[in-house]
Order: sequence, then C-alpha cells, then structure tokens
Amino acid sequence: MTSDLGLSVDAQFTLRRRPNSEKFLDLGFRQLTLALASLVAIVLLAILVTVFQGSREAMASFGLRFIVTSAWDPVNEQYGAFVAIYGTLVTSILSLAIAVPLGVGTAIFITEDLIPARLRELIGLMVELLAAIPSVVLGLWAIFVMEPAIRPALELLHHLLGWTPFFATTPQGPGMAPAILILVVMVLPIITAIARDALNQVPIELRQGAYGVGTTRWGAIFAVILPAAISSIIGGVMLALGRAMGETMAVTMIIGNSLNFDLSLLAPGNTIASMLANQFGEADGIQVSALMYAALILMLLTFSVNVLAQWVVRRLSLKY
Amino acid sequence: MTSSLSQHNASSKSSGKISGDICMSLQDVSISYGNFEAVKNVFMDLLNGKVTAFIGPSGCGKSTVLRALNRMNDLIPGCHLKGRVLFDGQDLYHPRIDAVEVRRRIGMVFQKPNPFPKTIYENIAFGARINGYRGDMDELVERSLRKAAVWDECKDKLQKSGLALSGGQQQRLCIARAIATEPEVILMDEPCSALDPISTLKIEETMHELKRNYTIIIVTHNMQQAVRVADMTAFFNAEAVEGGSGKVGYLVEYSETEEIFNAPAQQATQDYVSGRFG
Amino acid sequence: MTSSMTSSGRESNTDTSLFDRRPLSFDPKLKRNRLNGLFTLISGLFATLAVLPLVLVLVYVLVQGGRLLSLRLFTELPPAPGLEGGGIGNAMLGTVLVTLIAALIAIPVGVAGGVYLSEYAGKSWFGQVVSFSNDVLAGVPSIISGVFVYGLIVATRVFFGQSYSAMAGGIALSVLMLPTVIKTTNEGLKLVPNELRLGAYGVGASRYVTITQIVIPAALTPISTGVVLAIARAAGETAPLIFTALFSAFWPEGIFNPIATMSVLIFNFAIMPYPAQNELAWAASFVLVMMILAANLLARWLSRLSKT
Ligand SMILES: Nc1ncnc2c1ncn2[C@@H]1O[C@H](COP(=O)(O)OP(=O)(O)O)[C@@H](O)[C@H]1O
Ligand SMILES: [Mg+2]
Repeated sequence: MTSDLGLSVDAQFTLRRRPNSEKFLDLGFRQLTLALASLVAIVLLAILVTVFQGSREAMASFGLRFIVTSAWDPVNEQYGAFVAIYGTLVTSILSLAIAVPLGVGTAIFITEDLIPARLRELIGLMVELLAAIPSVVLGLWAIFVMEPAIRPALELLHHLLGWTPFFATTPQGPGMAPAILILVVMVLPIITAIARDALNQVPIELRQGAYGVGTTRWGAIFAVILPAAISSIIGGVMLALGRAMGETMAVTMIIGNSLNFDLSLLAPGNTIASMLANQFGEADGIQVSALMYAALILMLLTFSVNVLAQWVVRRLSLKY
Repeated sequence: MTSSLSQHNASSKSSGKISGDICMSLQDVSISYGNFEAVKNVFMDLLNGKVTAFIGPSGCGKSTVLRALNRMNDLIPGCHLKGRVLFDGQDLYHPRIDAVEVRRRIGMVFQKPNPFPKTIYENIAFGARINGYRGDMDELVERSLRKAAVWDECKDKLQKSGLALSGGQQQRLCIARAIATEPEVILMDEPCSALDPISTLKIEETMHELKRNYTIIIVTHNMQQAVRVADMTAFFNAEAVEGGSGKVGYLVEYSETEEIFNAPAQQATQDYVSGRFG
Repeated sequence: MTSSMTSSGRESNTDTSLFDRRPLSFDPKLKRNRLNGLFTLISGLFATLAVLPLVLVLVYVLVQGGRLLSLRLFTELPPAPGLEGGGIGNAMLGTVLVTLIAALIAIPVGVAGGVYLSEYAGKSWFGQVVSFSNDVLAGVPSIISGVFVYGLIVATRVFFGQSYSAMAGGIALSVLMLPTVIKTTNEGLKLVPNELRLGAYGVGASRYVTITQIVIPAALTPISTGVVLAIARAAGETAPLIFTALFSAFWPEGIFNPIATMSVLIFNFAIMPYPAQNELAWAASFVLVMMILAANLLARWLSRLSKT
C-alpha cells in the first residue's frame, strides 16, 4: 500500500534464494522438451536413411533407368517403376484438376453469403467430416458402390472417345478412372478447407471496394476476392497434390494394380504407394530394394511438392 | 476555399432552411443491426452539387447512414432499414431496385484505403470497364488520376501494384477509382482519418475540385475539415433510450456549415462544435 | 494544373454517355445478372457434389454395416474363408491396442515437442530445424512410415526376434500422429496470452512451474482437441499397418505378435471373393466410422466448450 511497505516486501522476495532443486527441475524440463522435440528431426532423418539404405542395392543395379523402364519382373529380377510413377502423377494431377474447381466453388458458396449462415455451417461441417472418413472405408465404398455406379458413364466415355488412346479400353471394374474419382473425394476437403480460410481472410474493405464501384457479387469474387486469396489457394492445392500422390489405401483397392503400361484411363494401373502396399509384405531380395527405391522417389516427389507449396504461399502472398 | 463558402452564403440568406436542388432525400430512416437499432428517424435532404459533412461523436451512426445511401449495408448480414431513401425520384429500398445499379450511380470512398490487388491502371480501368465504358481507357485513367490529384505520383508506375503506393496516395487512387465510373454522388467515410496532414490537405483540395461536378457527402470526425470543405453540415448524436440495448443515433441538426459552427440552433450542437464533448 | 483539372472536369460531365446508364430497377435479363445467377447456381451445384460423397458413404456404411450389428460381432473371431458368421472381436481389440500404443508414444513426445517450440525455441536455428522437420514429416505419405518401421523394426527383428508385431504397428502410427500433436500443441500454446506468463514470472514462479501449471492448463482445450483428432485419424489408418502389425485370425497374443486391426481387416476382407468376409468389412467400417465421427464430435464439443 505505502511505498516503503512495498519495498520491504520486494526486498524479502529478492533475498529469498531459489533452492537448487528448483533450478535443476527448470533446466531438466527444458532439456527434456528439447530432447523430445529433436526426436522429430531424428525420425525424419531415420526415415530418409532407412529408405535410402534400403534402396541402394536397386540403385546400383538399375540406376536412373529405374524411372523410365516399366519391367517389373521378379523372376528375372528386372525392375522399373515407370508404370507406378506415371500412375502416381496422372491420378494425382487429374484428380486435382477435378477437385480444384469443385473445392474452390464450394468454398465460395460457403463464404460469400449466398445462403443462410446455418446452411453454410452445415455444408462446411459435412466437408470436414468427409476428411475424417478413413481411406480404407472409402476404398470399400469405391469397390462396392462407386465403381459399379459409374461404370455406365465410363462405358459411355469409351463409346464416345474410344478412338483416343486415353479411353481405348473397355472399363472392367478397377482402373485409373475410378481411382481418380476416389482421390477427388479425398482431396476435396483439403482444398475446400484451405480455400475457405483464404477467402475468409480477404479483408472486408476489399470486398466493399469492389461492390462500391458497382460489381455484382460474382464480379467481385472473380475480379477482386479470388485474386486476393489466390496464393493461399495455390498453396493449398499443392498440399493436396502431395496428399494425392501419397494416398494409398483407397487407390490400391480400386486401381487394379496392373504392372503393365496402358495409356487408357479406363484400364487398370498402379501408383507407387499402391505398389508398396501390395508387394512389400511378400517381397524379398532385390525386390525389397526396388520397392524402397520407389518409396524414395515417392518421398522426393511429395517433399518437393510440399516445399513448393510453402514457397508459393510466401512468394505470391500479397500484402493488403 | 473561403471564397466558395462566402459565395454560397451570399446566395442563400435564409438561415436554417435547406434550399436548393435536392439530390437525395432520407425520409424517416431508421437502421438496425439485428435487434439493435443504430440510427432512428432521420429526415434529411441532400443537395445537388454541394459538399455535405456528417459530424458527431463516434458510434452515433454516421457511417451507418452513409452506407445506407448506396445500399452498402446490404453486405452486412442482419442490417435492416426502415423508411425511404429517395434518389432520382425512386426509393432505393424498393424491392425492384438493383443495388448494383445504385452503387454505379453513387460511388464510395472508404475510411481505410482499399486499392484492389491489381496494377494502378487496372484499379481505375476495372470499375470503368464493368460500368460499360466505351471511350479511350488510357485517357480515362489519366483524367481520373489527375482529378484525384495523384497523377504526378502515379504516371511513371501505372503498371505497378496499387498496394505499392503510400497510404495517402492509395486513398487518392481510391478516389480516382470512384470518380472514374462517373457517379453522380460520391460518399466518403472519413477518407482522411488514416492519413498524414499533407495527404489530408491534398485530398481536401481534390474535394474542392470535385464538387464542381459531383455531389459529395463526407463523414468526418475533424471539425476543421468540415468547416474547410463542406457547404452543409449534419450533426449526429447518440443517446441511450429506455428499453434499448445501446445508444441510438439520431440527427440533431442539419444546416449550412456556417450556421452549425457559428450559430447552432441546438445546445448539443453548440457543445459539440465548441469541443465541450465528443 | 488547377485550370487543366477544371476544364477536364467540366468535359467529363458530357462523357457520361460513354457509360452504360440504366434505370435503377433490377433487370433479371441483364447479362451481368444472368451470369451472377448462373455462377451462384454452379457453385451451389459444386457444393452439393462435395457433400454428396459423405452422404452416400455414410448411408452405405450405416445400412450395409449397421444391419450386421449384433453381440456376436464383438465377441467372435472372423470365420475361415468360405464359412459363414463370425465377428470382428479380435480386430476391434487390436485397433484399440495399436492406437493406444501409438498414443502413448506420440502424445508425450508431441506435447513436449510443442512445448519446446512454443516456450523455449524462440527464433533459434534449432527451433527452425524442428519445425521444418515437423512440416516435412507431416507431408510424408503414410505408407512410407510403414516402410520405415518395416526396415527399422520388422526386418531387423529387434523385439525378441519377432518380426511383425502390434508394437511395430503402434510405432508406425505414432510417426503419423507426432506432427499433428506437435502442431496443435504449439498453436494452442501460442494462443495463451503472454500476460499470463509474465504474471506468473511476476510472482516469482520458475519457468517450469509457469509452463506446467499456468500455460499448459490454459491451453488444455485446443491441445486435447488436437489430440482427440489425431487419435481418431490414427485409428482409421491402414497403410502403415499392412506390413508392420500385419493381421491375425486369432485373438491378440501380446504386443510383440502380429495383430488384427479393423482397418487392415477391411482391406483384406474387401478384396476377398467371399460375401461373408465382405459383410464383415462393412461391419468393421460401421464401427470404425462411428468411432471416428464420435471422436470428431467430441473434439468439436471440446472446442466449443472453451469458447463459452
Ligand atoms: N456491422 C455492424 N454490426 C453491428 N453493429 C454495428 C455494425 N456497424 C456499426 N454498428 C453499430 O452501429 C452504431 C453506429 O455505428 P457507426 O455507424 O459505425 O458509427 P460512426 O460511424 O458514427 O462512428 C454503433 O453502435 C456500432 O456499434
Ligand atoms: Mg464511422
């Protein structure tokens, strides 16, 4: 209350010595958290080392040819991952091509005050819950529900566009096309969530500015709101691409796991992840090494996509 | 600046009366956000070719009324207007009215400079293009930037981002953007509140130029600014009402600027302009 | 300059003719209004398409899986191929066990890592290494963590000469959980206002006491929300388990033996040509989806609790 009383209390506390045990506890806790935090880096390094070590034998035998050849022949011990790499790229990129407009359109629909707030929240919640459905359940659903349901549509595609190499085969169950569609279902929530956050962060002033010069709602969305949010959206799309490349279960269950190259999207195909899921358990000898080599390529692919995503966000981000 | 004021005074002697060509008219306008009534029973005739200033303590509903004039409040969920806002002989809140068309005729400059994340050139051209401009775009961009007194600073970097300008320049770019679409009325919500004195002075000069062609309505918390730029001044205030959830804004007095500042009819106005509260 | 502005200003009033000027009334036939309506329609259609899969998956899982719901499902083993009946009791137990192992590893490590990042790391280079590694680890495909644990534990038989085991599966899952737990802990702690820390220091509390008794309790809701979601996610993971925990047709025989889990059961039984197995896959999907939705709703409820 009075200043000299305050002083004397202060003095009491500064005079009190901290016991040594408390200092040890303080330091020990810090070191403990540091040690456990460094586990993250160690695990990451261990993953890299394990996969790299495992793939050395295959690297020595097949070199970079591994990437461009498509033989996968355990009998003659010849391995090339072209079919899987091609499948990984094609399925992930095509699924993104479908999911991006769907996801961004959905995000706009639930951020731009087009429908009542209640309904917007409900749609947002449902999209979030979709992300929580395990991939293996989606795979099961794809096998028994989705694929039979879309087969007539795929047959129609074959009918109309069968003259192009991309639809040259008749759809017979598992294949690249159903795998792409199930990937769309899996990356859609990611894209929607990130686009929604990005749109919500566009400042209200910018919207008002657009409406103030007399744009319609969609005029403002296309000309001002989307451009302002574009860097985050692109970053989110890249993250989704990384996820699509590494996605395993649902794709494995519906892609057909063919080891032969086929340009047709209606034919069975393969991806690196599904090849790993299918063969790793039963492989031995140099096949394990070849699979590790493929895993290394998958890691490099997803790593570069993720790093690019962060770079895009930082590089393109506008200051408003 | 003084000359224009005194000239105006000479022409209308009748004190306290609003005379002139009516541009917009508010008739018993009340605006609420959800259940909260922000402004109540505003009657007011805004005059053609004049600068009208809205002054008053913050929170009394000046921005709310201003936004009501070009239906900007439509964008705020839960905002609701009662009464009539007449413009060009029509009630702007009639269900058949297109708010987009209204905003093309009644432009707006906001408190915070908000250039689009586009080039300076595009910032101007965008609005003109969506308003169906058929003339020479380069010429329009230059003319608008000149009228907003920011041409000299911008002419060498038209293809640079509008966000690369300073705050004052950004605000003048926003003014240029608003006048490029040739609106009949320009609404300005505290356009200088985020700016330094020099930028403020430049924008006031701009306003003097603009009022030859446009009707301007400006919200300001700076009374000197009202004296400097406005022909007419409206003083808003807010007071707690029984049963209300907060303070409700209302129009206290609306008259020629001279009168509001030198011989106000209301005690509250007198107190406010002499700095006794607010 | 003034004079030029004035003159151009005067001219400009005649230029109004260069703009489209329409009556103020709404004209639905106008191109811009039509386009506006069209795009609203398209985006609404997209939103419908986006929620459709969830609805369809839920309907099928509920109908196909729900009708098999019985006590037998929880208490019996899966039938041998070709036989009818049976349950998924071992797989349920296995999922719980493997997820528990993963949580017991990932939660302490992850929370400590998050505490380090938020409370100690500052802008140090080591902190940046940790947080960069965490971002990279979060992007590593789940199958890779299976490959990693296979190479590290299964192939080397480090656990009492055992190859495939529940332990290996749990470790593989914990690698996936770790980045999420670290991230949510770090973000949760960063939301704690700094005044709270300063207040604790101000009364002479040590760093350790401040963090464990003031800061972490203040961030408990976001941290537990994140942890619940991470556990739910791990419980549904399959790829890291296929060649670490493997599968077993029998009841769990300890954590150093292969173990059945619901997710691997779904994978194995979905591609079998026997209807009885297919049905069990649906039943396991039902149980798994219910568990995961419940966890998500719990997390949502937790975070709403903190807001009020
Ligand atoms: N978007 C809004 N939602 C809810 N209430 C608002 C909103 N904008 C303003 N208000 C309320 O309306 C009243 C008037 O606000 P405003 O018009 O901004 O006042 P002024 O511009 O005079 O400072 C204030 O009480 C304010 O809290
Ligand atoms: Mg205001």
